[in-house]
This record gives sequence, structure tokens and C-alpha cells, in this order.
Amino acid sequence: MQAGQPTNSFGRGPLLVIGSLIWRVSTAVAATTSPLSPTNIFAPASTPANSIAYLSVFVLAITGIIFVVVFTLLVYAIIKFRARVFDAGREPAQVYGSTQIELAWTIIPILIVIVLFLATARVIHAVQDAPEPANAVEVTAIGHQYWWEFRYPKMGVVTANELHIPVSDPVNPSPTFLNLLSADTDHSFWVPELAGKTDLIPGHPNRMWMDPQRTGIFLGQCAQYCGVQHAKMLLRVSVDSPEDFAAWVRSQQQPAVQDASVAAGRRVFETTACINCHAVAGTNANGRFGPDLTHLMSRATIASGAAQNTPEKLRLWIQDPNKIKPGSLMPAMQLSDADLDAVVSYLETLR
Amino acid sequence: MSAIANSFPQAPATWKLPDHGKVAMVGLIIAESAIFTIFVVAYLFYVGKSLSGPTPREVLETPIFYTICLLSSSLTIHLAVKSLARDRVGGFLAFWLLTIVLGGSFLYGTAQEWHRLIYQHGLTISTNLFGTTYYSLVGLHAFHVTAGLVMLLIGAIFALVGRVRVEQSRRVEVLSMYWHFVDVVWVVVFTVVYVLGR
Amino acid sequence: MSSNAITIPGAQIGEKPWVDTLHGWLTTVDHKRLGILYIVYALFFLVIGGVEAVIIRIQLMHAHNDFVSPQVFNRMFTMHGTTMIFFVAMPILFGFANYLVPLMIGARDMAFPRLNAFSFWLSALGGFLLYFSFLGANGLYGAGNAPDVGWWAYAPLTARAFSPGNSSDYWTLAVLVSGFGSIGTAINIIATILCLRCPGMKLSRMPLLAWLNLVMAGMALITITPLSAAQIMLLVDRYLGGHFFDAQAGGSAVLWMHFFWIFGHPEVYILIIPCFAFMSEIIPVFSRKPIFGYPVMVAATVCIAFVSMSVWAHHMFTVGMNSYANSFFTITTMAVGVPTGIKIFNWLGTMWGGKIQFKVPMLFCIGFLFQFLIAGLTGIMLACAPFDWQLGLSYFVVAHFHYVIVGGILFALFAAFYYWYPKMTGRMLSERLGRWHFWLFLIGFHLTFDLMHLPGLLGMPRRIYTYEPGRGWDTLNLLVTIGTFIQAIAILLFVANLVTSYFKGDKASNDPWDAWTLEWSTSSPPPAYNFASIPVVASRRPLWDLKHPEDPDSRYE
Repeated sequence: MQAGQPTNSFGRGPLLVIGSLIWRVSTAVAATTSPLSPTNIFAPASTPANSIAYLSVFVLAITGIIFVVVFTLLVYAIIKFRARVFDAGREPAQVYGSTQIELAWTIIPILIVIVLFLATARVIHAVQDAPEPANAVEVTAIGHQYWWEFRYPKMGVVTANELHIPVSDPVNPSPTFLNLLSADTDHSFWVPELAGKTDLIPGHPNRMWMDPQRTGIFLGQCAQYCGVQHAKMLLRVSVDSPEDFAAWVRSQQQPAVQDASVAAGRRVFETTACINCHAVAGTNANGRFGPDLTHLMSRATIASGAAQNTPEKLRLWIQDPNKIKPGSLMPAMQLSDADLDAVVSYLETLR
Repeated sequence: MSAIANSFPQAPATWKLPDHGKVAMVGLIIAESAIFTIFVVAYLFYVGKSLSGPTPREVLETPIFYTICLLSSSLTIHLAVKSLARDRVGGFLAFWLLTIVLGGSFLYGTAQEWHRLIYQHGLTISTNLFGTTYYSLVGLHAFHVTAGLVMLLIGAIFALVGRVRVEQSRRVEVLSMYWHFVDVVWVVVFTVVYVLGR
Repeated sequence: MSSNAITIPGAQIGEKPWVDTLHGWLTTVDHKRLGILYIVYALFFLVIGGVEAVIIRIQLMHAHNDFVSPQVFNRMFTMHGTTMIFFVAMPILFGFANYLVPLMIGARDMAFPRLNAFSFWLSALGGFLLYFSFLGANGLYGAGNAPDVGWWAYAPLTARAFSPGNSSDYWTLAVLVSGFGSIGTAINIIATILCLRCPGMKLSRMPLLAWLNLVMAGMALITITPLSAAQIMLLVDRYLGGHFFDAQAGGSAVLWMHFFWIFGHPEVYILIIPCFAFMSEIIPVFSRKPIFGYPVMVAATVCIAFVSMSVWAHHMFTVGMNSYANSFFTITTMAVGVPTGIKIFNWLGTMWGGKIQFKVPMLFCIGFLFQFLIAGLTGIMLACAPFDWQLGLSYFVVAHFHYVIVGGILFALFAAFYYWYPKMTGRMLSERLGRWHFWLFLIGFHLTFDLMHLPGLLGMPRRIYTYEPGRGWDTLNLLVTIGTFIQAIAILLFVANLVTSYFKGDKASNDPWDAWTLEWSTSSPPPAYNFASIPVVASRRPLWDLKHPEDPDSRYE
């Protein structure tokens, strides 16, 4: 199963035809109505998510049929066999069992399980064992409490929290393969419309891939409880056209903007504890505990999605992170107002 | 509602069910086997995965003598139980005390080995994965031997004041089942640690 | 008084001073009293766990709510899960087993009455130890030192580095201690059933409740100890510098997951199998027919017990196991649905052709059947590994397991309460209050847990103290919370029913339901010695044989 080819044919059984009908109707509905949610697992935009969604509809159809059958029998039994007033004192026929019936309702479920399993195993292998084409984008994602580090090793790019990947043309696929590592506790990378989730576990590297077939912003968040601020470890994936992606990479590869007018702020940044945790390429700030700030202004949000990237929010974040994300591991920097304003204006230049 | 007739059916001629002491001890043994299995799995999983520090091959010496002590204590306790079943209290007491001595030597041997590992080779539970899994597994077993010895000692005290006779042979047998279990666990631990793990 | 009890002159309860009554309860080794102690203990923690759930739901009512801080929220869901599993579900089911098993097999008590008492008090200690954690550190406001690592307590979050202080140690020790109590009870149940059955009661003539508790106890022996082992390893890591789960030294966080789920999955079968037992006793009586397919029910249960030991890693589909492992656990998990489904069909077969009486116990049984069916089907969805890659760790899973635990286990427990309360107390519970309880709880349950599946499908993960607006989760969460309040009112009605009926309920005869198993042959409540003379049985329904001497079961078995 090559990465980049949407999975949409399993076989020819009638159930699959029904499943495919339901699929086409629901995707048509989803496309025309306003989105229920930006993280809807039934609005897939990438092959892994697509394969899963299609399989899911198939499973839903089968379990739905089972439910309707058994539900009907139960309702029928409750109505037909209820005790009437004239029944008092007389017991019904005492039936102990029936071997044929037992066989029937053993064999049929076993057959259903086999069918479901075969359909499922195919998707498992298609997603997990997909080979990596030559022009795939490689990203290393490192989970931290409570932010995401993204490195593009072949491109020399280090960024945080917001992932940029190129859109993938089904004819000439350029999927993104993620190597998932963790610096501390367990995390999980989940952007529902792009792929199923995969965990980031320290000492246990994982791998996943996605090949988004349309541009746009895709949202997600950490899905494995990692500590106090697990809830605000949000994900923002920007799927760019090939040109936009190349432009983004180029700008991320540059060292930090050197703006003399904010020299005061830069001095505050480099002489307080900021550089213990943060890195700004091209300066002597080389800390790796917190996010890389070289191109902080290229991101729409700060604190891994906990706040919009505006000067006011940035100022508040540095002054007291607990006001935005209580329990986050960034300490309140105890800066004077003047120093704080200077640092913020310095950071505002890091485009 | 119909009135209940007061007569139950005829009882069967014989109605013999297993002894509840033995059933309970089998239950306990099953539960304990599960706990040991998990520690053995952890041990095997981490074989060869220590990032630093002493390896099993470097520091372990096969405890042949003390293993023989422990395994023969199974024989002696078996003989003790058989003696008591034939109301030979003297023989029972002799074999029972011998079992305690053999079990005690095993514990002494374990202590000696640990002393050597800690002071000569610097291997503690926090040194590396081998240290953690080794002391945990062998330690868990030694704990169970100790608990067994305590129970055997209590039995010995009762025997020495003359309270153990053929009527208690069932209870003594249940205790011996636990002791045999502890020996079987040692066979497994020995194989895993001193044979496979090296 | 029934003809089956011997009156003891002078033993009038009303004349004893309260201290003596209290002493009697604290030092009892009577299986019936211990059963009631377990049940009352569990009901107490049910209310506390329910309060924790309400706090969680209020916080999640709308996006960016600040009803509680993230620290408090995380302690709430950890305590809620740990409490409900270990200090509500386990004790209440052990309580019913304790009470019913000796009576149903015609014995006078459990095989080891003193071990029984010891196990209860050990388990009870666990609960108090866990809740003592609230009093540590910052005291109640910060929710003190209560554990906040989730009821799974995944490594390495529980390592010293990430969980300083003692909060996770409270979790570890409380659960470890109560686990040993559970093993004691399991051994006791097995020994009782195998060794104390009354004459004539071959294993093939035992009530299904006895069979299913036997299977449950057997599972408990090999299921709880893996968790104990893992917790000992965790303590070694935290206190002795061990490296079992220390990634820096080459240890594996995934190993904890394996050990935990080798316990965790069979554990949920340990919880549901006694509920299957309740269904298998109550549905026949209110359908006026014997259970359909008794041998198949036993075989299916044993099958479930074995297969359920091989499915644990379906909780780990997202951890990055290879495709062969994922496929293996997919098929075993789907396979365990087959014997489970067979049981549903057999209950249906029991009702089929019967004369169903819709007394309150039966209402709860019918609720169980519908809800357990749905829960099983969402389980099949989660069994499918790729589907789980989306649904796992989301509110879909939370909805699924609450559907089983509340819609299945709790409904079955309510049925058991209404059915056996007359036997335990000598009073009938109010049918009227019971119906109010049933319908209110049903509505609240479905409002909450039917809707809860949807945020999962729309991308809402678990264990988050708040969420972003604009994800489409707001309205759904609000409705879910409203359902919680409706359920809370229903539970209060239930508790009111339990209390008022004790004093003012209709007096219960030996056999108010016209049932067929041995506990209904003695008085309500039974005397301390259970039976004046040990019964002898010749069939699976000894009282049917006595009531229908012209057509006894013993002729057909």
C-alpha cells in the first residue's frame, strides 16, 4: 500500500456497497453543511484518516445491523411475552435450552468477527507498514510538558507547537513522516482530520505519517495524560501549498532578525534566566528546555495554543504564566515593568 | 405463591468434597505464581538491557550448595508430614526442624551472596536494570522463604510443647504445600537468573 | 417465623444496648453481616465518587470554565476512577457474593469466616488510606495530597521526578492493600464453593450465581497480583532508586502499561461477571422460566475468563506496537465478544415464551440488556485497532466504559438490590419509589452517556480540565452535565428508598418473588446459622421441585 493512495476499495460484498453508500452520503453532507467541528474524525483530509473513517463506517454499519436485530427481538419479547392478568398462578412451558439455536447464535457471530477482522487487518497493515517515498518530508516531534518541539533534520529547521507540512498531491505523493520522541512523560499526537493518534513515549520512538490532500489549518491536541497542563498542549498544523511550504522553510532556516532598535530588550533577554531554557538562533541563547523562539512571531499562538500570539498576551505570559496556563513549567520571570516591555518588544521582532 | 413442602430429597450415599484448607492453599499458590510471573517477565525483558554497571556474567556465582539445601528441605518436610500422618511425632519433629535449618541456611546463603555483590562489586538495587530486577526477584523469593520459615517455626514451637499430633496432620500438610511452592519458585528463579540470564 | 428457623429465646435485638450492637458488627465473622458491611461501605464511596463526578462535569460544562483549578480537576478524575473501581465496584460485588454464595449452596458460612472479616477490614483500610490523602499538603482546598496521576498511573508520570511528594504513594498503597484483601476474599469464595456445597449439589446443579462467582474469584487470583507486582516495582523505583520504569536507565514505560492492563482488562470482566450472575438469577424468576442454556452459560463464562486474559493490549493500540501485535489484539478482543453475545441471546431466550412480570428488579434487568448490548457493540468498534487510533484516549472510550459500568454493572446492581433486599432485611423496597428511581436514572443515564460518545467522535480527548470553544464540544458537554444531575437525583431517591423501607417497608416473607434457589427457603432475614438443617438438592431449582412435585426439574436434568 503506497502512501498517498486513498484507500477506498476492499471488496464487493453487499454490506460494503451499503457502507460505501453511507460513506458517500455522509461526506457529501459534511462537505455542504458547516463543519460540526474542526476535529471531526469523519472529515478526513489525509489517507490514514480516510482509511480509518471508511473502515469505521463499515464497522458502524455492521454493529448497527446487529443492534437493530437484537433490539427488535428484545422489544418484541417484552411486549409479546408480558404476563397478563389472567396468567396468574400458571407457569409457562419450562424450556431449558436448544442446541441448534445455541449453535446458530455462536456460528453467526464468529463469522461476523472474521469478516470484521479481515477488513481491519488490511487497514492496520496499510497504515502501519506504508513504505516511505523518496520525497517525503521528515519531521521529528518531541513531546514536552506541555509543548511540542518540531525539528526538520534534513532542512535544519527547529520550531515549536505549530507544524507546517506540504499538501500532498495523490498523483505524486509527498507525505510527511513524523518520528515521535518524548523528553519527559507520555504524550500523544492527535490531529483527527489528518491521522489516528500515536503516542510519544520516552525511550520508545514511534513513527507515523500523513499526506494531507488539501491546504488549510488543522487542529488537534495531546491525547495522553501528561500532567497538569495536558489540556492545553494544543496542536496546530498548517498544510501549505508546495510554494508556501518552501517559503516557510526558507524563512525558518534564517537566523534570528537582528534589530538594533530593540537592543535593550535583547540585553534583558540574554542576561536573565531566559537563555537557560530558550534558544534564539544566531545569538548566545541556546537553551533547549523550552520552545525555540527564533521565529516566535511566525506562530499564530503561544504557550502551545493556550493564548493568541498578541503583544498583550505575550507580556502576560512572561509576567506570570500561571495566569494563562496554571502549572506550566515556565516560571514567572519577576521582571520589572520596564524590562518586561523591553523584552516583549524584542520578541516581537523575532519574525 | 405455593406453600413449600417441608421435605427435601434423599441425600446421596456419599458426599465427599475437597478439603478447604488444601483448596485455599492452592488458590494462594496460584495468586503467588502470578506475582512471581510478572517479576520473572520483567527480569527476562531487561536481560542485557542495562546501560552501565556490572553484568550478570561478571558478578554472579551459581549458588549450588544453598540450592541443594533448599531443595532437600522439600524432601525433609515431606518426610515430616508422612511421619505425622503415622503419628510418629518424634520423627515429625526431627524432620521439621531439619527443614527449618535447611531453609535457614538458604537464607543465610542469599544474605552472603548479597553482601558480596554489594560490597565487592558495588551492585545495588539502584545501580542498573540488572540490579533492580535481580534484587527484586530474588528478594521477593527470599521474603516468601522468610514468611514460610516463620510459619514453620510456629509449628515447631507447637510441636515442642506437645500440641502437634496426628489430628494436625492435615494442617501440617497444607503448610508443606506452601513450602513446596517456595521451592518450585526457586527452581524457576534459579533457571532464569543463573542459567538463562547469563 | 418460618418453619425453617429455630427460635432462640431471649435474643431480642431491641433490648441490646447500642454499644453491643456496634461491637457485634465490628467483630462479626458472619458472611451475611460482612456482606452487608461491604455493601454499605461501597454505597458510601459511591456517593463520594459521584460527587467527584459531578465536580468533573460542572467544570466541563462549557469551554474555559474555572469551577476548579487544573490541579484539583486532575485529582478529581484520578480519585473518581480509583474510588469507583476499587472501593465501590469490587467491594459491592464481593459483598453480594459474600451474602449470597453460602446461602445459595446450602452452607452455613464461608469456608474461612475469620479470613473473610480480615479481608473486609483490609480492603476497607485501603479506602480510608486513599481518602486520607486529601488531608495532606495544602489541605482540602488544593485537594490536598490526593493522587493526580489518573487511575492508570502511567509511568513515567508516577516517577519521583514528575510526581514529587506522596500523592501517588497514597494511590499505590491504598490499592495494594485492598488488592490483598480482594485476594483473600477470592480464595475464600473458591474454597467455599468447591468444599461446602450441600449434599446433592454437584457442580452441574449449582446456581449460576455460584458458578459465575467461582469463575470471577479464579480470575481475581491471577489478575490482581500482576497489579500488586507492578505497584511493588513502582515503589522500588520511587523509594529504593530502582529503574523498572526509568527511561533514563533503559527502563520501559510501556512495560508498566503491559503489567497494568494485564490486570486492568480482566479486572473489568471480574466486575461484570457477577452482574451476569445477577441477571441469570433474576431474569428467569420474572420470566417464570428456567435460564435458557445453563451449560452454555457456564461454558461461555469460562470462555470469557480465558479469552479476556489475552486482550489487554487493546488499551495500548496507540502505543506503537507493530502491525502483527495490533492485529492479534484486535482479533482476540473481537473474539471475546462472541461468548458475551451468546449470554445476551440466552437471557433473551429465557424471556422468550415466558410470562414477564415488570417488577422493579426486572425493569433494571431490561435496562441492563439494552445497555450492555450497546456497550458491547461500541466495544467491538474500539476493538478495531484503526478505529481505536481515532477513538482511543477520547471521550468515546469514556462513554463506552461508563456505558458498561453504569448502564451495565450499576443497573444490574440495582436489580440485585431490589431483588435481595427483602431477603437481607425482611422488608420490601417501595415499588413506587423504585419506579421513580428507574425512570429518572434511565433518562439521566442516556442523556449523559449516549451523548458523551459524540465529543469523542469530534476529537475531544480524555482527562482535560478544559477545552477550546469552537471545537463543537460545548453544547454536548452541557447536556451531558445536565444528565449527571438527573442521575444524582435518582440515586438520592434510591438511598431514600433503602433507608425508609428498612423502617416502614412491607414485611417480606421467606419467598416474596416465588423464586427457586435455596436462599428463598429460609427466613427473611435468615438466622445466623442460615438453615435449621442443611438442605439436600436433586436439581438446579430445588424450590421449583418442592413447589411442583408433579413436574420437578430433577426429571429433566
